[in-house]
Amino acid sequence: MVALTPISRTPVSFYVPVVAAAGAFAGLLVGTAQGQSLLGLVGGAVALAIIALVITQLMDNEKASRWGLTLLMLVGGFMIGGLPGGVIGGLFGWFFGWFTFWLFEGRYRATVPPYLTPGQVLWHYGFRVICGAIFIFLITPILVVMPLSFNAEDFFTFTPEMLRFDPDGYSLKHYRDFFTSSDWQQALRNSILIAPMATLLSVSFGTLAAIGLSQPHVPFRRAIMAILISPMIVPLIISAAGMYFFYSRIGLQGTYLGVVLAHAALGIPFVIITVTATLVGFDTSLTRAAANMGANPVTTFFRVQMPLILPGVISGGLFAFITSFDEVVVVLFVGSAGQKTLPWQMFTGLREQISPTILAVATILVVISIALLTVVELLRRRSERLRGMSPG
Amino acid sequence: MKLTKILLASTSLTLAAGLVQAQEMANDMTLVSWGGAYQSSQQNAYVAPYLEANPDVTAVWDESSAEAVAKLRAMNEAGNITWDLVDVVASDAIRLCDEGLAMEYDPDELLAPGDDGTPASDDFGDLIVSDCFIPQIVYSTTFGYRTDMVGDTPPTKICDVFDLETYPGKRSLEKRPINNMEWALLCDGVAKDEVYDVLGTPEGQERALAKLDTIKDEVIWWSAGADTPQLLADGEIVMGSTYNGRLFSVIEEQDQPVAMLWDAQVFDLDGWIIPAGLPEDRLARVKDFVRFATDTQRLADQAKYISYGPARASSAPLVGEHAELGIKMAPHMPTDPENAKNTFLYNYEFWADYRDDIDAKFQAWLAK
Repeated sequence: MVALTPISRTPVSFYVPVVAAAGAFAGLLVGTAQGQSLLGLVGGAVALAIIALVITQLMDNEKASRWGLTLLMLVGGFMIGGLPGGVIGGLFGWFFGWFTFWLFEGRYRATVPPYLTPGQVLWHYGFRVICGAIFIFLITPILVVMPLSFNAEDFFTFTPEMLRFDPDGYSLKHYRDFFTSSDWQQALRNSILIAPMATLLSVSFGTLAAIGLSQPHVPFRRAIMAILISPMIVPLIISAAGMYFFYSRIGLQGTYLGVVLAHAALGIPFVIITVTATLVGFDTSLTRAAANMGANPVTTFFRVQMPLILPGVISGGLFAFITSFDEVVVVLFVGSAGQKTLPWQMFTGLREQISPTILAVATILVVISIALLTVVELLRRRSERLRGMSPG
Repeated sequence: MKLTKILLASTSLTLAAGLVQAQEMANDMTLVSWGGAYQSSQQNAYVAPYLEANPDVTAVWDESSAEAVAKLRAMNEAGNITWDLVDVVASDAIRLCDEGLAMEYDPDELLAPGDDGTPASDDFGDLIVSDCFIPQIVYSTTFGYRTDMVGDTPPTKICDVFDLETYPGKRSLEKRPINNMEWALLCDGVAKDEVYDVLGTPEGQERALAKLDTIKDEVIWWSAGADTPQLLADGEIVMGSTYNGRLFSVIEEQDQPVAMLWDAQVFDLDGWIIPAGLPEDRLARVKDFVRFATDTQRLADQAKYISYGPARASSAPLVGEHAELGIKMAPHMPTDPENAKNTFLYNYEFWADYRDDIDAKFQAWLAK
């Protein structure tokens, strides 16, 4: 961190109210959990205002005050709420110790340019807090699911044993249930069978369509594009009902082929959009150069054009895969019980019996998704490095 | 491999149903049920034994009973019936029968006589509420409460649900007027045998909603049978209505601090219907299965896995102990005399006539 601006200590009238406001927010969270929001709000504000005054005015030693505060809150939290309370208290103590001195010493000013007005500084940090809050709101529901999937009971509930970190409160039985239940295994097999085939179809047709539609001489390009992209815009339930009646008449309803075709139709728009976007940066003189050197169009496509638009094809394929893997509405219509996919099984499981097996499955799927995205990203970086496109 | 097999099988089925299958009975069945503990009781009590006796046959479950009426309508319109046997509540069976989507049957021809020789039509008796309905079980909708949240005086009467002073806290009720309106009138001082007369009038409906209004702020509305057990286990509610088998599972199998409130429980029926218009070979298979699955012993077996009363009179004496817990099942049955001191039977005729009207009023009231 480079200091951009000289800093000085701030007046009491500035940092104490700010710390108190943050304390009020923390107190509100804790108080609401105990069913007493107002008390938490007021208590948090008052307590933190006093603490901020004491550690900045009465004690000199910053390091000692911060450690002392962390320890104090840790012990206090432990007395009230046991081990989890202690952890939360300790984190709060560490944060408020740092926050108080950050404001008191004026450190918040150090890393921003000196010409910023106070309003701009506020926005600088406010913006980061908002981004962080959005991130937390998006991620927390996914994270909460993970510990719950190790629940020893058959409910979506943090039991007292779990909160005490008692090993008896945790179990792998929902994972065992997933791997031994024939229903779940059948659903997993169906998903693993259907999604790659649908992806393959989407990627082949989508890429071809995108390349065709990027040729300037194709008539009605916009109209054709709009029709091909429509599955993404038309409400899913409408496509699903339409496909149901159409597929029933031609004998595809309730077959694997039907579900694969339906999912391919849903995936094609994603491939078209990503590939079209990469084609914008594609230099068409390269294909002319290839033709000049005697390559036929097919060779040109596979040897020249395909490697260059590959990132678009891959990300389109990923979207198509996830669309099929996550899809529940269309498969409920087009599939029959024999083609039950994982999302279908989760959907009925959630409605008919709230079993944490669903959470175990969700955790496994999250881990798989993270692994998949990491692998793709690593491969992309590797290929860029090999081609010398990135300085890394 | 498997895919091509299935593709081939389904195409050949749709193209030429009678041509390919040499034997008279189809070997695949799609059974539709509710999922959860109820479906596994069916699986254990009669589907697994049937498949064992007929190794060539495969059965696939579809947990779509909740939307069976809509889906059967769609299948009928598309001319593509993919279900072979559908588990529905009696009121849905009546609707499906009226619309011609379910097959009418002759009880004494299709169903086995009781083990004491009673013809099926007598053994099931009044429970065959429609010409298409093959009854399996009697269940009830009733209340469960948290034993650790009601103090020293646990609730004993249905009206305790409306008593916010003695039992403060949230309660869960089903998000539909059926049962709730009856309970509300009962607790507003209407005599039990006059409930439906009062509920038939607009003033009576207003009165029931006014009574529900007194607890509206404290109600969590549920729409799936699994909601109330989850809320009870969470301690989110003090008491809540759901199917008695779900409460049995919470109390005995999951060991939660919950107890039953049997007062003014509402009986209802659940059973099979055979979709109308099945091809010959599939119909033959389904008939064979239904005859097996509804005989005296099989229905009694089902009660080993879930606390719902068998629909056959001759099955009642055979009800024994829970398959895993080894506890006697009879005291957990809604039909047990100790539990059935004060009961209601779902009034099919009343709700068939008034459902749309009262539903609209109830939904409007909910939105207020």
